[in-house]
Amino acid sequence: MSIETTRLITGMNRGETNSILTDRRALLRGAGTFGLSAAAIAVLGGCESMAASKSATAADVDILNVALGLEHEAISAYQLGAQSGLLQDPVLQVAVAFQSHHKGHRDALVATIEKLGGKPVAEQSMSDYATALNAGSLKSQADVLHLAARLEKGAANAYLGVIPTFGDKGLAQVAGRLAADETMHWTALASALGEQLPAKALTFGA
Amino acid sequence: MRRLVLATCAVLLAPEAAIAADPARGAEIYNSRCIACHAPDANRVGPKHRGVVGRAAGSVPGFAYSKALKGAGLTWDEATLDRWLADPEAFLPGQRMNFRVADPADRADLIAYLQTLR
Ligand code: HEC
Repeated sequence: MSIETTRLITGMNRGETNSILTDRRALLRGAGTFGLSAAAIAVLGGCESMAASKSATAADVDILNVALGLEHEAISAYQLGAQSGLLQDPVLQVAVAFQSHHKGHRDALVATIEKLGGKPVAEQSMSDYATALNAGSLKSQADVLHLAARLEKGAANAYLGVIPTFGDKGLAQVAGRLAADETMHWTALASALGEQLPAKALTFGA
Repeated sequence: MRRLVLATCAVLLAPEAAIAADPARGAEIYNSRCIACHAPDANRVGPKHRGVVGRAAGSVPGFAYSKALKGAGLTWDEATLDRWLADPEAFLPGQRMNFRVADPADRADLIAYLQTLR
């Protein structure tokens, strides 16, 4: 990596951290309407004591629970893929890494739903997911990658689609960040499959 | 002024509305925007869709619907699906889907696709 690139990346990271810290301070001063909502900060920073948002609504909790359902399913889909014996390294490693991202999403969503007074939806059984995802039809590594790519793209679009519905803007931003992770997964999977990236702009979320 | 805007919209939209809905394009949209939560033949985060057109809302066995959808007392047809997809919360407050399809042509194509799921 060039020095320039390194500087760019570290500089950007520093900037990001600062802006989150500033928002956090604004909240601590009791200025709940500035910056990120407390609930969103709980998701972003894992800071549990701050998750009592004023602007988050019961409907927001419902949206987060639907999102949690998606994450449960994604974790199981990668589990099914990993256990299928169809994935070889390095693809298997990547699948495990993506599954761990989804576990991170799940944990953040569970913590936020609980802090907002909701009840996180439980995951279903592995055999239910296997049936719903038609896992029996997976015969090759490419089949598994196609399924994963379809789910990741769908999830990115689902997150983008619910953004306008959130009462809490901070949570809406979190949905955007989740969509970014899913888009990153989709891009990697599409390139592993040798698929063309979209020729047109703005193909996600529409 | 408002009337003028509406009239202009009507003129602009009219040719669009006259074009028949395209189930193949609807399937594409379904596979990118609905597929995270739905499948034709399996209950996932959302209920399965086969046979949805003509069915009572909230009636797939084994799916845990919101009270709003379960008690909606309506049947899915072109008109109810269009309103649902445009803005589920405005149509049935308290629902749990929360996913909107803003473009009327996209909704028409999606509904045409749902009609093929018999
Ligand atoms: C983020 C997840 C999600 C996405 C994306 C989504 N839905 Fe849904 N959908 C749901 C949930 C959850 C329900 C049940 C809502 C309730 O119980 O209030 C539902 C219910 C429905 C119903 C009512 C079905 C019945 O049995 O009464 C229809 C029709 C529907 N969705 C169509 C669609 C279409 C078409 C799309 C794509 C444009 C879509 N949905 C995208 C989660 C989603």
